[in-house]
Amino acid sequence: MTGVRDLAASVRAGERSAVSVLDGALSAIADRDTEVRAFLFVCEAEARAAAEALDDAVRAGSDPGPLAGVPVALKDNLCTRGIPTTCGSRILAGWHPPYDATVVARLRGAGAVVVGKTNLDEFAMGSSTENSSTGPTRHPQDLSRVPGGSSGGSAAAVAAGFVPLGLGSDTGGSVRQPAALCGVVGMKPTYGLVSRYGLIAFASSLDQIGPLARTVEDAAVLLEVIAGHDECDSTSIDRPAPMLVRSLDRGVDGVRVGVCAELVDGTAPDVAARVEQAAEALEKAGAEVASVSVPEVRFGLSAYYLIAPAEASSNLARYDGVRYGLRVPGHDVAAMNVATRTAGFGPEVKRRIMLGTYALSAGYYDAYYGKAQRVRTLMIQAFARAYERFDVLLGATAPTTAFALGERVDDPMAMYMSDVCTIPSNLTGDPAISVPFGTGRDGLPVGVQVLAPALEEELLFRVAAAVEAAAPAGDRTSAAGAVR
Amino acid sequence: MNDPPELGRSDVAHVAALARLELTDEELDRFTGQLARVIEHARDVAALDVGGVAPTAHPVPLGNVLRADDVRPSLDRAEVLSQAPDTEDGRFKVPRIIGDAP
Amino acid sequence: MTDWDTVVGLEVHCELRTRTKLFCGCRNAFGDEPNTNICPVCLGLPGSLPVLNEQAVELAMRIGTALHAEIRPSIFHRKNYFYPDMPKDYQISQYDEPINVGGWLDLPDASRVGIVRAHIEEDTGKTTHQGASGRIHSAEYALVDYNRAGVPLVEIVSAPDIRSASQARAYVTELRGVLVATGASDGRMEEGSLRVDANVSVRRAGDEHYGTRCEIKNLNSLRSLVRAIEYEADRQVALVETGGRVVQETRHWDEGAGRTVPLRSKEEAFDYRYFPEPDLVPLDPDAEWQQRAAGAIGLLPAARRARLVELVTSGEHGAPTSQQQDQVEAVVNQGLDDLVVDAVDAGAPAALALVRAANELAADLEHATVLDPSAFARLVVMETTGAVTATQAKAILAELLSAGGGDPAEVARARGFEALADDSLVAVVAETVEANRAEWDRYLAGDDKLAGFFTGQIMKATRGKADGKRVAEELRRLRNGEPEA
Repeated sequence: MTGVRDLAASVRAGERSAVSVLDGALSAIADRDTEVRAFLFVCEAEARAAAEALDDAVRAGSDPGPLAGVPVALKDNLCTRGIPTTCGSRILAGWHPPYDATVVARLRGAGAVVVGKTNLDEFAMGSSTENSSTGPTRHPQDLSRVPGGSSGGSAAAVAAGFVPLGLGSDTGGSVRQPAALCGVVGMKPTYGLVSRYGLIAFASSLDQIGPLARTVEDAAVLLEVIAGHDECDSTSIDRPAPMLVRSLDRGVDGVRVGVCAELVDGTAPDVAARVEQAAEALEKAGAEVASVSVPEVRFGLSAYYLIAPAEASSNLARYDGVRYGLRVPGHDVAAMNVATRTAGFGPEVKRRIMLGTYALSAGYYDAYYGKAQRVRTLMIQAFARAYERFDVLLGATAPTTAFALGERVDDPMAMYMSDVCTIPSNLTGDPAISVPFGTGRDGLPVGVQVLAPALEEELLFRVAAAVEAAAPAGDRTSAAGAVR
Repeated sequence: MNDPPELGRSDVAHVAALARLELTDEELDRFTGQLARVIEHARDVAALDVGGVAPTAHPVPLGNVLRADDVRPSLDRAEVLSQAPDTEDGRFKVPRIIGDAP
Repeated sequence: MTDWDTVVGLEVHCELRTRTKLFCGCRNAFGDEPNTNICPVCLGLPGSLPVLNEQAVELAMRIGTALHAEIRPSIFHRKNYFYPDMPKDYQISQYDEPINVGGWLDLPDASRVGIVRAHIEEDTGKTTHQGASGRIHSAEYALVDYNRAGVPLVEIVSAPDIRSASQARAYVTELRGVLVATGASDGRMEEGSLRVDANVSVRRAGDEHYGTRCEIKNLNSLRSLVRAIEYEADRQVALVETGGRVVQETRHWDEGAGRTVPLRSKEEAFDYRYFPEPDLVPLDPDAEWQQRAAGAIGLLPAARRARLVELVTSGEHGAPTSQQQDQVEAVVNQGLDDLVVDAVDAGAPAALALVRAANELAADLEHATVLDPSAFARLVVMETTGAVTATQAKAILAELLSAGGGDPAEVARARGFEALADDSLVAVVAETVEANRAEWDRYLAGDDKLAGFFTGQIMKATRGKADGKRVAEELRRLRNGEPEA
């Protein structure tokens, strides 16, 4: 299986044409996406034009960049100019942004070919992609199961072998959890490392765009392209993109790994077993492995389900039927707002908007939102203490393997529990990555999560590469059913 | 320590109105039950003593991010208005507005 | 009969004179075609993010310094409510940690009004109500233009220290002068770059507690401000005296009907659900920047008035008359004081220059601000020496203004006044030099300032009829020892 570096190199060298690579992707999508439903929109015309232009550039002797000809799938909450961007919601049906997200511009600038927009839980709110207004994406390995969420479409597109690279967004685990469930690599960068300009906001202080790929190296290549300071994002860290690929093979000798009890306890036994297995493998590779407890993790879920909906309730106020998107008529503008939003938003989005409005409302701010932001500080401090004794932490990504479609949809609390291992990194802003590591009892993929302190992406990827190298045989190519 | 009250039906109706959402009676009942469970879980946060701890608004310690006062190209009006539900004379058209802005 | 006190606090919104908007690079301009200065950020498109304009912070600090406020580290908050002129349906503003805290403004009558805070926020778009009579309450639909959305504002909140409509008027006038002097504002109330809301309450004379206040909006001019405050105070007094209670509410000033009416709004009380803006980071301008901002403030109105008073009273017997005080205030208000100062430098007697500026120039501000100070000076001298009468001087001035320039002596000639023959001029210059040998020697030695002295003397001797240019030429010729032309 070709990694993206080699793929891009062969396109740059003229050995393969970008058009032929694209054709491969399009035919894989045509073969299987009617059942998987990873894509909401395949922009074939635009992709073909980009691939042809790329091939022309190569023939003319210029270098199109590190992702030359590599097909990518973009979660449909990333703005793509002139290409439908719906956030999986009726309220944005038919909306064509007049601008590209910064990451999209960087991808194009690196020679990547955008193949289409992928399915997601509406406005990125969910853990299964079942909250999409047009229906769920299905797990490529078992169509009766969810791919995880909210970036289920991008994860499935990579897992099914439609494209080698995908972008998702991670607010409470929405890149890492579907990656774990689908058996691919998914990563959430340090908050501020990747520009959010053009990412349709869910929870502003938690959202980060993250790479999805078959291998740790591919994810690293993608992150190198999209990361780095952006003057259009005030929360963007003032640093260039980190160099990751060159240090992937440096190994983990002497790295202090803490297996975080709170990220293992309470997970399904087969998942916990894989984490143990990964810990042992790291130890064999030269790491110093020990257990660690970060009790504050237990408050993460509650704090998250106050902070995220609060910010979302404000971020989603702009969908009022005035300037773009759906408009349902009303006899005055307020009635029009109500009719539009009531028809345009699905039940999970409405739930979170109301929850968030409540958490911010007069009289309740201090008890809920205000408190939650302080709990956040407690968690940051707690992890900082852990990182005095350990370089990285290890745990599960998701508590179980992929669950069945419809299983948790009627019980929001049960659904929210899917995020318990991933939420802490969003609250602290620290980076984390999910690496496929074997399967569960049901033969479905399990992901193991590595966590690192802020801006330690280089270390994070290095450890992830070591975990990947030790993954149980047959699972490194667990992009099951991959059609190349 | 002030224990915030349980979330009830009238609270949900109130925040729905604030958020410009209209719920059926059935939805009001269903959402109240679901949201009450979430808030119940959140009360463990509310009950924490975090007296000496400052809130984190940003996980990244940035400050003073500014831009120069230089003109940048604006969007093409036609492209923007083509996405609007209703326009007239180069402006966005909406049903009548009752009540002044606060 | 009980005596009642009126208590007023004012909120003034000042649009900042930046080139671009508060959070994006769109032009900050008035009067452009609708929706031509918009971008993803100020239109609040999904995925957009704000980035703070450095010049807006600079101007906000200048305002704070001019008002004696304390400049503090600050953050931005979101103020959440739905309204079609708000692209994001929240406004980015400052809440409990604003950039400028405290301060005061001294008025020309020596009263002092406290300032509570002056914070930065973004402006909204503009809605026009269409159909039926075009008035809000009977409109059929509305049209929205977002050119103004995102324009930077500083909102200045005064303490409830104002005690009358006329003091309110004086406060806004003085504040406007300060805002223009700092470079923060163009002061154009009629274009909406300065907007005022008034909080009005009443209490019995001697009572220390504040009465319930009402907020009055839609005050588009100083006249509206005065009328609205007087109306509202009367309304509240009448209400309380007949056994009623003042209800805290927002009221709209109806200019046509001459009264305030309660606003009809969908929600009785707005719950803004303020929380810190997660898309922006804290602002903490360093001491060096704060000092630079303070240093960039021009002469404030009070200093300008003092400067003029000094000119008018120097060499006289002390204090200016109350009429002169009024003239000084008017001239500074209208930005004509630099002209008067320059005219005095060019030889004009200050008191008369002040009068002409306050009366004639103020009536034609547009032309007055580009009037050549030395032409103005020559005219004032002509009037002072009796070469022309007051009426004639005003006529000449009017002509200079409408023609956009010119020479007063030529205008006088054209209108049939005596001109001074050239050989008479040479003689007068020679006589003046002779009569002031000591000064002439110093002038020869290089004391160039004395040119002004000689010009003044010659003007006096010729009763303003001499042509300033010719005088200067003649003096130069004499100094350089050149032969007569």
